[in-house]
Amino acid sequence: MARKDKARVKTSNPLVKVLLVIFMICMAIFILGPLVWLGVHAFVTNWTYPNLTPDGWTLHWWTKVLDDSALEAAIRNSLIISPIVVLCSMVICLPAAYAAGRMNYAGRKTFLIGMFAANSFPKIGLFASIATLYYALNLMGTVFGIIIIQLLGTIIYMTWIPAAAFAAVPRNLEEAARDAGASKFRVFRTITLRMAMPGILVAIVMSFLASFDEAQGTYLVGAPAIFTMPTEMYSLVQNYPIQVAAVFSLLLAIPSVLLISLARKHIVGGQLAEGFQIK
Amino acid sequence: MAEVVQQDGLVLNGLTKILGGRVIIDDLHLVVNKGEMVSLLGPSGCGKTTTLRMIAGFLIPDKGDILLDGKDVTTLGPEKRPSAMVFQNYALWPHMTVFNNVAYPLKVRKMQKPEIEKRVHDALGLVNLMHHKDSRPGQISGGEQQRVALARALVQEPDILLLDEPLSNLDAKLRVKVREDIRELQRRLGITTVIVTHDQDEALSISDRIAVMNNGKIEQFSTPQELYDRPETEYVANFIGSLNHVTGGYADGQIVPGSDVVGIRPEDVHFSNEQVSGSFPATVELVVPRGHFCEVYLKRADVELRAFISANVPTAGKQGFARIGKALVYHDGKLIRVA
Ligand SMILES: Nc1ncnc2c1ncn2[C@@H]1O[C@H](COP(=O)(O)OP(=O)(O)OP(=O)(O)O)[C@@H](O)[C@H]1O
Ligand SMILES: [Mg+2]
Repeated sequence: MARKDKARVKTSNPLVKVLLVIFMICMAIFILGPLVWLGVHAFVTNWTYPNLTPDGWTLHWWTKVLDDSALEAAIRNSLIISPIVVLCSMVICLPAAYAAGRMNYAGRKTFLIGMFAANSFPKIGLFASIATLYYALNLMGTVFGIIIIQLLGTIIYMTWIPAAAFAAVPRNLEEAARDAGASKFRVFRTITLRMAMPGILVAIVMSFLASFDEAQGTYLVGAPAIFTMPTEMYSLVQNYPIQVAAVFSLLLAIPSVLLISLARKHIVGGQLAEGFQIK
Repeated sequence: MAEVVQQDGLVLNGLTKILGGRVIIDDLHLVVNKGEMVSLLGPSGCGKTTTLRMIAGFLIPDKGDILLDGKDVTTLGPEKRPSAMVFQNYALWPHMTVFNNVAYPLKVRKMQKPEIEKRVHDALGLVNLMHHKDSRPGQISGGEQQRVALARALVQEPDILLLDEPLSNLDAKLRVKVREDIRELQRRLGITTVIVTHDQDEALSISDRIAVMNNGKIEQFSTPQELYDRPETEYVANFIGSLNHVTGGYADGQIVPGSDVVGIRPEDVHFSNEQVSGSFPATVELVVPRGHFCEVYLKRADVELRAFISANVPTAGKQGFARIGKALVYHDGKLIRVA
């Protein structure tokens, strides 16, 4: 009886394995395929159906992108606006997150659910009403207007993740520091903030990416005066050959890759993660 | 106005604390002498931690005063009090090394680096943990974490050391060793100490005096020996050691009809084959081995008594004579007579 069961498990094993491998290959193609396609297109002279290989290789598209002043302006705008958005978001949201993290369970839940609900309405409707307000306040076509609209998309990350991180800092670790003679502010700086830091780092990365990738609202407010990298993509796709868009999307991906690898080192591999192994 | 008490050590004067609309600590008085080790002993929820947190400054009493070496500290924050606390789960900072955990209180006091180094080394030496100074709390065992927490408290050279069930996370064997270590250190440093525990064994073996708590009040505050020999209330008698309860009276070594409660410690019940003065016939009902002694259930007509017997243990069913060595008589829960 037992042996029969064992045999059955064994025969099903290779089948499961094969299915799993097929599934993983499909996922890889699905996820990595477009990236590979982009990566290749950024370096080819021309490659169209039904040719199996590209006509030739070139760095032409890169010089074209890097020399184009409109594209350069878009890159510069993105690299200036996104850090400002993240900073503003931190200044506004982190105190709220701290307060929420220090609330009792019910209060925290209400706050977080509220944040989530506000964030889950379709953005485009919100943007439409904001646009009316912007016209009245003369914010259309201004950097300030773009910062505010991008800020909206980061709030959910800057409140949820840090609130959970603050809530996870055991109270008696703070009490022990008070007992050791530290002022409230010093306790916050050396214990609470330090222990919540991995969560805050994640929130910073997520917020940066949210701001960096935001296109709908930025286009609505900024075009045609101010373009960021994602909104510039719209005109690129229409006005340039596909290779330029490929180069541009690779450039768009650089900050994400950088940030994520940095965060990985500090959050997963660093001492901060080790600290949380305590029972 | 609080009256000025000229008293070294710790004075709790009529402490009252209301939490969640309930009186948790009710007009509590306690005087701990300088250099003394006192246990707060009581069942779960009786208010031991609450009392300790008021002494440490995490809670401000609704009524009453706390004096340390004659100085009123009732409303001072914990960072301003000359007390140091060891938390039940140690509360070590996981992002700092053992060294930095112990150095933290000194850094906060803006001490010079070489001085910090020296004191931390001394403190870690005291608890035998020098070899772990660069480890993180997550990398060392529970017993070692407990010692780091102790070192972190001692390095502050506090006027009073507060320990909240510091041993409850250790296994039984380690618990006995660590409690002896703590007691030895406390004696050597002469540090005034209040330790919270719900383990009577622990309290009896390391305290100069024990405060038995019940419902936010102190039922009795005396030495371990006195607590055992003369428990002033039925509650204390039950809490410390074992007790046979018999409703009745007590006269000439005999239980007689009555309405008081007679409490008899099982080790004060003797059993023998021969009748002596004051003994009465009894039958052995059950014998339960308890390691270095046996718990013997004796029956006389309507009364059943437990006895702890270590030599010449009788077998079940044996008929013989029981004698009561000492009895505590309680009326309305209060001790009225020891006979
Ligand atoms: N913040 C609070 N709000 C309401 N009630 C509280 C609060 N803190 C403690 N209590 C109550 O006060 C009582 C005493 O609590 P305390 O923690 O002092 O007990 P304890 O003697 O230390 O018990 P244990 O041995 O379980 O630690 C408990 O009934 C507890 O529920
Ligand atoms: Mg407690």
